[in-house]
Amino acid sequence: MASLLSQLKDDIRFSEGLSACMNCGICTAVCPAAAYFDYDPRRICQLVQTGEEQELEKLLKGEEIWMCGQCLSCKARCPRGNVPGYLIQSLRKLSQQSGLFIHSSEGRKQIRLKRRIGHSILETGYCVHPLMVEPETHPEQGPVWIWALEQGADLYRRCGSNYYGEGEGGLRKMAPGVLNELEAIFEETGGLRFWEAIERGAEELKLNQES
Amino acid sequence: MTPLLWKDYQKEVPDNHYFFVRSCIRQTFFPGAEAALLDILRNSLGLDIFEDRRHTTCTGIAYHCDLVPLETIMTVIARQLSLMTEAGYRHLLVSCVTSFGIYLEMLDMWQHHPEMLEQTREALWKSTRRTFELPTALVHTSDLIYHLRKPIADRSPHRLVDKSTQRALRVVDHVGCHYAKIFPAGGFGGAEFPSVLSGLAETFGGEMVDYPERRHCCGFGFRHYMLQENRGYSVSNSRIKFESMEAFAPDLILTNCPGCNMFLDRWQYTLAEMSGKTYDGEGKGIPVLSHEELAALMLGRDPWTLGLQMHQVQLEPLLDKIGIAYQARQKYSMVEGVAGVPREPGVLKVSFE
Ligand code: SF4
Ligand code: SF4
Repeated sequence: MASLLSQLKDDIRFSEGLSACMNCGICTAVCPAAAYFDYDPRRICQLVQTGEEQELEKLLKGEEIWMCGQCLSCKARCPRGNVPGYLIQSLRKLSQQSGLFIHSSEGRKQIRLKRRIGHSILETGYCVHPLMVEPETHPEQGPVWIWALEQGADLYRRCGSNYYGEGEGGLRKMAPGVLNELEAIFEETGGLRFWEAIERGAEELKLNQES
Repeated sequence: MTPLLWKDYQKEVPDNHYFFVRSCIRQTFFPGAEAALLDILRNSLGLDIFEDRRHTTCTGIAYHCDLVPLETIMTVIARQLSLMTEAGYRHLLVSCVTSFGIYLEMLDMWQHHPEMLEQTREALWKSTRRTFELPTALVHTSDLIYHLRKPIADRSPHRLVDKSTQRALRVVDHVGCHYAKIFPAGGFGGAEFPSVLSGLAETFGGEMVDYPERRHCCGFGFRHYMLQENRGYSVSNSRIKFESMEAFAPDLILTNCPGCNMFLDRWQYTLAEMSGKTYDGEGKGIPVLSHEELAALMLGRDPWTLGLQMHQVQLEPLLDKIGIAYQARQKYSMVEGVAGVPREPGVLKVSFE
């Protein structure tokens, strides 16, 4: 089995994300995730830079890599041209692909996200659409959102949307041929294999819980 | 130190002939904004904006939730470009800021790693029998509205001025992070001098306020918003912005990203309900508009066809200041007759007499 470091190096976002970090901490200073969580992109860059397998494994099993909010403010600011946000993408990919993500509670949430947003892409052609934003799980959307969903097509069509209708325009229903093309792309480029790795993790969790 | 050259912060934007791709978030929360954009460009300005019903999500939200491999999103983007190529267009017009960042990133990777472009061409061909050309211009809809700000202002019956006092309205902007923080050269003003929204507001006569947390992220956080238990991340980061802009008593928050537009609207409601605090001092919240919504209002479009009743922070205080006439009774009426009205929040004021 290839080392974690060599697997990381296969991901272009790893090499684009980290060349030589000088530990200045500017990324951490601008990072909204560092402002909110116990999270420090500078520290992650340092750790990864050591290239030590044990440390990498700990990182891939841990909570910290899941804190980044992917705003990429760090890309605009790093004086060395590093992109901690890209580095995080490569770490998260390997964490899921290797199954190590199931060791952290934040990592395990990927299973839910995959079944929700991932599946929505292939079922509807949208990452997000109105009926996905259920008021029960989205109290922050306020009473106006409950009202908007109750009006549904009536309201959306008044605003020029097609609202799940056949044909042209916003929120149109995607034709089966379109969804087939999307699925074929996911199949050809490893998107579906990646999801299988996430589901294998889910399966392992289930087995662990049963035993 | 290298001197700053203003032209480095400018961007070439073609005048016409665009292939348009929509935003999942904008279609969901602000359907009237995209409809208004197309109406302005096609009908007010007579431009050629083409849309192909076969285009899909760019998968950008899933990509930044780390659910989609790079090779997959690259090929989905290539499929969108193949629709553009097939229709005979080379200028891409993108509604979403997340998508805009994704297109910039893919084009950059293809430029620096031509072997990835070849792999993508092969993957697209194998999966869909499609081919594609690269766009010669990649334009966010806020770029185009900014580029056309003078012709729009010339046709506009309104100004961003308090009609009764002639005071210029105070505008704070929030430019979506992925607009120019990833690829500063891809946006007006780069990451340092955001001008795509401020230039628009000033053209309409507004006064821009450069508040301290102007460049801070709205807090979308992708997975953090999508997971209910992580949403505290999102509201906390928006709160940093509201706290920072409060002292300047803004009349309007102007955005170019559909996600930011929604968060800066909804989190004001949430914070009001959580803490009893609103950031306008009157309990009504600070109205939030995106660039298309603002342009449409300035051009005299009907606020309710524009979908402004889908905002939680109400727009009437701003409409009244500008002097935009609206029919209060039409606000909640539907194609099928008058509908019920939304429930009133506990703290945030939504009805005004
Ligand atoms: S800003 Fe760049 S050089 Fe400084 S700590 Fe972060 S990654 Fe390292
Ligand atoms: S991309 Fe991640 S690490 Fe970089 S500033 Fe944003 S939240 Fe922090």
